[in-house]
Amino acid sequence: MSEPKKKDPEYGAPAVDQESRAYWEGCGRGELVLQRCRDCGTVQHRPRAICATCLSSGIEHFVASGRGTVYTYSVVRQNQMPAFREAVPYVVAYVQLEEGPQLLTNVVGCAPEAVSIGMPVRVDFVPTPGPRGEPLGVPRFVPA
Amino acid sequence: MSFSGQIAIAGVYEHPSRWTPDKTTYQIMGECARGALEDAGLTLADVDGLFAATMTMGGMGVVQVAEYLNLKPRYLDGSNIGGSSFVSHVAHAGAAIHAGLCDVALILYGSTAASDAMAIGTGDTSSRDPGSAFVSPYGMTLVSSYAMVAQRHMHQYGTTSEQLADIAVSTRYHASLNPDAKMRDLITREDVLASRVIADPLHLLDCCIISDGGGAVVVTSLERAKDLRRKPVVVRGTGESVAHREIGAPDLTTIAAKQSGAQAFAMAGMTPADVDLCTIYDSFTITVLVTLENLGFCKPGEGGAFVENGGTRLGGRMPVNPDGGGLSSNHSGMRGIFLVIEAARQLRGGLGARQVEGAEVALVHGTGGYLGLMHSGATLLLTAD
Repeated sequence: MSEPKKKDPEYGAPAVDQESRAYWEGCGRGELVLQRCRDCGTVQHRPRAICATCLSSGIEHFVASGRGTVYTYSVVRQNQMPAFREAVPYVVAYVQLEEGPQLLTNVVGCAPEAVSIGMPVRVDFVPTPGPRGEPLGVPRFVPA
Repeated sequence: MSFSGQIAIAGVYEHPSRWTPDKTTYQIMGECARGALEDAGLTLADVDGLFAATMTMGGMGVVQVAEYLNLKPRYLDGSNIGGSSFVSHVAHAGAAIHAGLCDVALILYGSTAASDAMAIGTGDTSSRDPGSAFVSPYGMTLVSSYAMVAQRHMHQYGTTSEQLADIAVSTRYHASLNPDAKMRDLITREDVLASRVIADPLHLLDCCIISDGGGAVVVTSLERAKDLRRKPVVVRGTGESVAHREIGAPDLTTIAAKQSGAQAFAMAGMTPADVDLCTIYDSFTITVLVTLENLGFCKPGEGGAFVENGGTRLGGRMPVNPDGGGLSSNHSGMRGIFLVIEAARQLRGGLGARQVEGAEVALVHGTGGYLGLMHSGATLLLTAD
């Protein structure tokens, strides 16, 4: 039922701030970086400078496996934003990572109709230089 | 100390127009203020509490509204928690009146979303909020944030597109009975399923319309309302909540309504079995289904069976949105105020073909924001006096 695909979504530079720099820099190295609280051990995503469970500032980063399964998804068939207008149909999804958190992302590398809940996927990175040309990236997922 | 049973809605007004390219949002709010105050038998001079939210005003919007109406209220609340804002404003007004901080609260909303050609469901979703950085790269439209909840619900519980479609069909039937509704031609389940898919599994006719519009609500003490023009509508229970991505892994089928509904029922001393009708924010068909489940009208996963074959229609298991809702009557971006207005009109009675016969208890639930990302919920339980 899909129309012929014109292109995958294209990513601009992520909006990096002090709290998220480690995440986006990790993506630039091809690593999916998550946070863990040194005090209470809770893993959290999206990145924050404090633990949203115990308010500790003792946040450490670790490299996740990049493996997960599709928790839910939708095939977007209409988006009036110029960056996405030509990319429909494309898949937005929450991927359940092995480490616990879910990640909002795109699933590419297969027909939108091939995506299903529970489907194993692995991370794939698109290099997107930051505002000062530093190597950053945006993670998306492909069938495992 | 709870204000349950001591606060009343004394005046309501829904702007009758759905297309107002000749008006500003402030003009619409002004006309609605006039309508609701006339309805209550009050004047602008009686207003000492002002509440307002729109999609386009800045952070000091309620101050701008006070200036526009030449008001100097002693209580101001411009909180904006999305389309549910006005449902929460009724609760905030009740608390303020109960605390003696104001006597007559005027709640306002106006929008020219349709004549401004706003792409609410499939347009820009980015913001300056830091969390937006983790969303905006991926092209998650507002529709698709709700669609992901629908997809998950279908996976977990076997809910079908046919069941979702039946909500749209029931709501359109209600709109056919409302002369002010924007879309009044009856539709069938097949019409919904044959309409184009916007974001799987939601079709065009699973989505609310876009209109211009506005509304106003006057809240005061029940004691004062008894001396006014209209039969008071009594506020029995209120609740508020948020649901969001937490720290990474929420259950998407548990929404804010679960917490706000439980709080409102507890405050009112009621259960879902006491409710005669609901006005529920129907941004999309799935919103109605999961809201009914989370409010406790049926168990999680039973929403599909609850809504199918006219379950939400007048005379059905639970009449929902007898005015035709946002799916068919009026959705100008932030529908919450219309939920309050229609619930109050139903409890006053006399609405003709769309009247829920013998309606004594109405539940209002507003959802604001992106269901599958982060959203607010606000619940009211209202009764006829």
